[in-house]
Parts: sequence; structure tokens; C-alpha cells
Amino acid sequence: MALASTVIRFDEVTLGYGRRPAVHHLDGEIPAGSLMAVVGPNGAGKSTLLKGIVGTLKPLDGHIRLKGPASGIAYLPQAAEIDRSFPLSVYDLVAMGLWTRSGLFGGIARRDRTRIEEALSAVGLIGFERRPISTLSGGQMQRALFARLLLQDAPVILLDEPFTAIDAKTTADLLDLVRRWHDESRTVVAVLHDLDMVRRTFPHTLLIAREPVAWGETGEVLSPENLLKARRMVEAHDPHADVCHRSAA
Amino acid sequence: MRMCATAAPHKAVRPMLDLFYAPFAEFEFMQRALVGVIAIALGGGPVGVFLMLRRMSLTGDAMAHAILPGAAVGYLLAGLSLPAMTIGGLFAGVIVAVAAGLVSRFTALKEDASLAAFYLLSLALGVTIVSLRGSNVDLLHVLFGTVLALDDSTLLLLASISTATVLALAVLYRPLVLECVDPVFLRSVSRAGTPTHLIFLGLVVMNLVGGFHALGTLLAVGMMMLPAAASRFWSSDITMMMLVSIAVGIVSGFSGLLLSFHAELPAGPAIILSAGAIYVVSLVLGREGGLLWLAWPGRHLEA
Repeated sequence: MALASTVIRFDEVTLGYGRRPAVHHLDGEIPAGSLMAVVGPNGAGKSTLLKGIVGTLKPLDGHIRLKGPASGIAYLPQAAEIDRSFPLSVYDLVAMGLWTRSGLFGGIARRDRTRIEEALSAVGLIGFERRPISTLSGGQMQRALFARLLLQDAPVILLDEPFTAIDAKTTADLLDLVRRWHDESRTVVAVLHDLDMVRRTFPHTLLIAREPVAWGETGEVLSPENLLKARRMVEAHDPHADVCHRSAA
Repeated sequence: MRMCATAAPHKAVRPMLDLFYAPFAEFEFMQRALVGVIAIALGGGPVGVFLMLRRMSLTGDAMAHAILPGAAVGYLLAGLSLPAMTIGGLFAGVIVAVAAGLVSRFTALKEDASLAAFYLLSLALGVTIVSLRGSNVDLLHVLFGTVLALDDSTLLLLASISTATVLALAVLYRPLVLECVDPVFLRSVSRAGTPTHLIFLGLVVMNLVGGFHALGTLLAVGMMMLPAAASRFWSSDITMMMLVSIAVGIVSGFSGLLLSFHAELPAGPAIILSAGAIYVVSLVLGREGGLLWLAWPGRHLEA
């Protein structure tokens, strides 16, 4: 890790909605090639953090610095956001992963077709090419979205609860892809709830409960004391909250 | 033998020719109407399909009405003049599209409610403005169009609009589809989303203004939404849906004109009625979720 350069740097970042912080004063960096889990209770600001990195949410305070262009980030949001009733085939959904290469109207070359087939085969969706996405099960949809991520070929990959409501077999298959990305020294950041999975697969963890609780080696971060601290987070807004004066260094 | 072979079909073909071909061969206004309707179908069908898939059918309807006051102001200033009413219509359509979008984005009112408000307002305003100057004939002209009296410049306008629409849709196809299916993904890979949406709204207004000259403000949206809605029952592939919607538009234009010619019905409503009939048939028989297939799906398969 000593040689690795930073891909994402947080300088006293506060992210939130209105003036309410959802991620409060996060400071630190994600080295290139790291495989990192983001863990914390519901409402802890995990998804908000990913939105901040992708740039769909501007920080209320502080800075998020990316090495390389924002298009170098592949982002898989929580499942709900896709219109599944749209008449689109699995093949076309997956092929969208080539967007950064083909853009608005670039053609899809024969080599790209091979890559689409490879991606479909890597997620076990061969034979699903012509199926409308409305006929896919939750797990199959997630496989298709992972195939799209494969095609995006991005150096940084952000996954927001990728295995929620996904069966064990599919989870194992997709987790293999995550390990493969790590072996290819891509940076992977995943929001997860399954602590056993985090311990088994993710060397680094950020435990967050609006305030960052701990960040580092997974074994040390997920200590009983830290987890207890995270669980004590107050979810309700304080109507009398004062303006935060902690300095944004 | 040879005589029989040629004579027999001739007898059967002749009335068919009279029925389907003669009106267009004999009357130039019918030819012009057919050309105009085909042009409207070429642009309106695909735009309608996207409107439907983006759940903006009501937006289309509201914008069709929004064109009225603009066209009416044009009419007030210059009479039944093509450029004045076109420019007025485009202007009003864009204003309402943007205003409804802003109201729904920045207030608690949902887009459908704000659209309903705008469209009622524009309809009342438009009718009032037209009657300030014109007769009831002119009002009917504005509300229901004059598909049987399309002059050269109107035909040219309709043809230009459908050409521009088809070209623009070809260029914008990917971001348009992507913005419907997965807007978050589009935002993460490209900034094309908002401009695409605005250009698409522009296309909707353009096609409505074109349709307005032929079918009037109340029926123009019919050549967009009815073919699109019918196409959904025949395909679950968007490319195919656009082709089907164009075909439905052309067929309903053709049969509507014939219906109006033979039964002496007003042409605009006859065209929209034909499109409506095709929609109802599709609703019942359509292979993708038609009522008949829902009622008798056949026994389940093995796998």
C-alpha cells in the first residue's frame, strides 16, 4: 500500500441535505487498488457518501478530490432506481456499459460485441440476451448490472448495497467478480451490511454513523467497541441543532 | 381461357380501386391531405412512443393545448397565416413546457397537476383570443384543423418537421432511452441528460405545431399518442414499437381520409377515430398483453 497513490481524497467533507449533515467531517483517503467496505447503520450516510464521490451531491463543506476524471468511476446505485417496465433487452442494458467508449452515437464494433458476450458469460447470463429486462428476477437483474459494470472497465468501482435481497449463489458469483476487480488492481468501494462477508473479503473498512467512527484495517475497525459506538447514533434530527463551527481545515 | 383470367379479377378489383384509390387519384386535396398525414405520422409516432415510455402522455396532451393561445395571438395579429401561427404556437408550447417543469421541480405541486392547470388556462385563453377577432368558422379551424386544405407551404413545414424529428431522434436515441431506463447511470457517465430532455421537449412542441395545422389543437396529440399506445400491444422492443407506431399513423391517416370522403365526415376526427379503432383492436388482440391473450393465455409451458 505504501507505493499506491490516492484515487479519492476527502478533506473535512460534510455531505447532507438542506443544512443537515448526513456525513459529518470525513477526512482521509482511499488509496488506488484498495478493496474497501463502507459499513454502518441505516441512515448513517453510506449512500450519501457514494453520491458525493460520484458528484451527484455537492459537499456542504470541505472537498472531495478525485484523481482522474469522474467518468473513471463506475457506480452501481441501490437497485430501485431502474425502470424495469421499459421495453429494453438484457443485451442492450449491458451494452450501455460501453458508453464511455462509444458515447452518444459511436458504433459498437465486433470486438465490443465479443466483450459484451464475455461480460454476459462472466455473470452467467448467456441465453438471456433477447429477454426484456421486465422478465428478470432481482438476482438476474443484479447480474446484468454487474455485466454492465464489467464493460465500463473503470479504474474505480462504487457499489451501493449490491447484495441486498440477493440469494447466496448469486452473491457468491458476484463477489468473485469483486475479487477479480481487486486482483486487476481496480479500486472497489462497497456499501455492505453483512459483517461476516466484510471480514472475509474486504481488507479495509470505513465504519460510519454520520460521523466517521473508524477507518482502517477491517479487523481493527469492526471491534465490538466501535460497533457499539456506531449503534448509538441518534437518527432523529435535533430541531435545535446549532451551526457547526468545527473548522474545515 | 386468357380472357377469363383477366376479366374475372378485373370485375372484383374495380370497386376496390374506386373505394381506395380513386379519391386520391381524382382529387388533389386528398393527395395533399395524405402526404401531410404521412409526414405527421413519421415524426409523431416515434415521439409519441418516447412520450409514452417516459410517462409523459399527459404532458403531450397539455402541451397540445398550450399551443393554442400562441397560435391564437399569431392569428390575431396576422389572420390565418402559417408563419405567424407557427411561431406563436412554438413560443407558447415552449413556455408552458418549461413553466410546468419549473413549477413541479420547485413547488410541492406534482407535474401532472401543474400541467392540468396550465392546459386549462391555455385552452380558455386561446379560445378567448380567437373569438376576439374571428368567426366561429375560424375557431373551428383552429380547434380541429384543416387537413383537407393543406397548401404547399404547410406541406413543406410538415415535411421539414418530420425530417428534423427523425434525424434528431436518431442522434439522441441512446441518451433518450437511457434517461428513461436508468437516469442515475446516464448522469454518472454523461452530461447529455438535461440537454437531451430539453431537445426532446422541443421536438414534441414542433410536432404538435405541425399536427396543429392539419388536425387542430385538440386532435394533434391524437396522431402521437394513439399510434404509440397501440404499438405497445404489438412489441416489447422499442425500435419495433416506433416502426409499428409509424405504420399505425399512416394506416389511420389513409383510412380516416377515405372514411371522411365516402361517409362525408369531417376529416380530422375521422383520422383520429381510425387511429382510435386501431388502438382498440390492438388492446384486444395485441400479442403483448392484449386482453384476448390475457383472458386465454393457453396452458402453461413446461419450462
